This record gives sequence, structure tokens and C-alpha cells, in this order.
Amino acid sequence: MAEQTALTDIRPEGRPDAAVVRDALGVGVAVGLSGFAFGVTSAGSGLTLWQTCALSLLVFTGASQFALVGALAAGGNPFTAAAGAFFLGVRNAFYGLRLSQLLALPRAVRPFAAQWVIDETAAVALAQPTRRSVRIGFAVTGLSLYVLWNLTTLLGALGAEAIGDTAAWGLDAAGPAVFLALLAPMLRGGTERAVAGLAVLLGLGLLPVLPAGLPVLVAALAAPVVLWVRGRREGPEGER
Amino acid sequence: MNVWIAIGVTAVSCYAVKLAGLLVPAGVLERPLVKRLAALLPVALLAALTAQQTFADGRALVLDARAAGVAAAAVALFLRAPFLLVVAAAVVVTAGVRAIGG
Repeated sequence: MAEQTALTDIRPEGRPDAAVVRDALGVGVAVGLSGFAFGVTSAGSGLTLWQTCALSLLVFTGASQFALVGALAAGGNPFTAAAGAFFLGVRNAFYGLRLSQLLALPRAVRPFAAQWVIDETAAVALAQPTRRSVRIGFAVTGLSLYVLWNLTTLLGALGAEAIGDTAAWGLDAAGPAVFLALLAPMLRGGTERAVAGLAVLLGLGLLPVLPAGLPVLVAALAAPVVLWVRGRREGPEGER
Repeated sequence: MNVWIAIGVTAVSCYAVKLAGLLVPAGVLERPLVKRLAALLPVALLAALTAQQTFADGRALVLDARAAGVAAAAVALFLRAPFLLVVAAAVVVTAGVRAIGG
């Protein structure tokens, strides 16, 4: 199973472990610290300390957490709110598709690794050239991010009242900046840029007309659409 | 109680999709089209999320200080700044623009 995939184990041209760990810690620490913004937002939306911490411990996928808290604050019923959060979480399944191939984990380990399958771990792991560095990148990003995200969620929830207006501190810009930093290295080719551009148009254009969470899922269709258009343009031989 | 129901449903469903992705048989992933798609889907999702979190206020589109912050993050990325600095630039510029009255 593992032999069929493109990556081979430890190759001489692989990156030094220290460089992988440094990159992984950079992402883990930076994003982990933004758990503070979540803690503040969640507490400010009326959730208790336990509820806020339970979200970071059990859900552990930032965009879904923010979406859920926002929907509850807006007075949505629990199932509609959870549906929006779920739709945002669906993208993690696609990361998992990619990661299961690159990580080649034993089946028994997968249920434990699953909780760490999120934007950031996927972005770091996918950027690595060898299986060894993919695994190191995934594990170090996952562990540092999980520990810090939960610690800073707790601190944020505790400190929410002391801070006052969180928007004044610019903390609401941390989320999109994180996503942009994860996205940037993926925009190497024309296809990637076309997909990103179309996804932005769909995501923003549909926002006012569809229920929360759905526009992002529809925007994901940008990927098959662009592939299909390219396939047609290049003729039957162009499809790879 | 309603909040706990929402948390429970979200936690279980979000974990389920994470695990589902990891458990899909490897054979499915060997097909070139699936590989290509799996690589492009995160691009589409992240792009849409970035745009929404920059320009959305509930279900309305707005242009506020966040746009300046994210633009600053883009410049930092272009200059190959480390991750933490990119996020810090966004937060600081957003706070700065709001302080000035943007």
C-alpha cells in the first residue's frame, strides 16, 4: 500500500529534520496563539468557560468554532448552528484524503491522528518533500497547535471581560491572515490561481443569498469546474 | 442546554469528517483526477474562507479595517516574512486603522 505512493522514505535530498520542525513550530505557535481570539469571541458571545474550552478541545477546527459561536450569538437554533459549523468542517475530509496518502499511517493510528487533520497541519505536511518530513511536519504542527490553541482559548475566555472591545485590538483580522498565509504557497500555477479566483467570487457572491457555511462549500466546486474547463480546452489527451 | 447540544453535534460531525478523509481506501486516491482534485480543493476552500472572513459581516459584505489588515498580511507574505509576523501585521494594521477611525 505504502509502496504504491509517489513518496519514498528518507531520501538523501530530503530536508533536515530541524528545518521541518522549525516551520511546523512557526505555524503551530502563530495559529495556536490565535486561540486567544477565539476564547475572547466565544466568551463575548455568551458561552460559558466550559463551553468555550469544550469547543477547542473537541471540535478543534477554528473556522467551524468561530462559525458556531457566531451563529449561536445571532440566536440560531442549535442544529442550524451546528450545520453551518459542519459544512465548514467538511473541507478537513479533503485534507484527510491527501494526508492519508502522504502519511501512510497504520489503520489503528488513524482515529488518533484524525483530530489533528485541519488546515494548518495539512498545509505544513503537504509542503514537505519526503514521508519522514511529512510525518514530522504533521506531528509537530498538530501537537504544538493543539496544546497552544487550547491554552490560549482558556486565557482568552478568562480575559474576555478585561479586554473589552476585541475588534479594537484587531484580533478579528488574525483569522483571514492565517488562511491567507496557508493559501499563498499553494498558488504556484495558473490552475491554482484560477481556482482561488473563482472560489473567492463564489464565496463572496453567494454569502448574502445562502445560509451560513454553504457558500464556502459551493465555492469548493471551483476546483472541479476549473479542472473540467481545462480538460475540455486541452482536448481528451490533455486530461492527466 | 441548547448550546451543549450544538457543541456535541458539531464535535461529533467534525471529527467524523476528519476521520472519513483518512479512512478512504488508498486505491481511490491513485486515480490522477482524484489526486488533482484533492490538491485543488483546499485551494478553493482557503480562498473562499479568506475572502469571507475579510469582507463578511454576518451575511452582508463590507469593506472595513480588516481589509487593510489582510492587505498588510499579503505584503508581508510577498516579502517572505515568517508566519507569526504575517499574522501580527494583520492584527496591528487592523487595530491601527480602527484607532485612526477607519
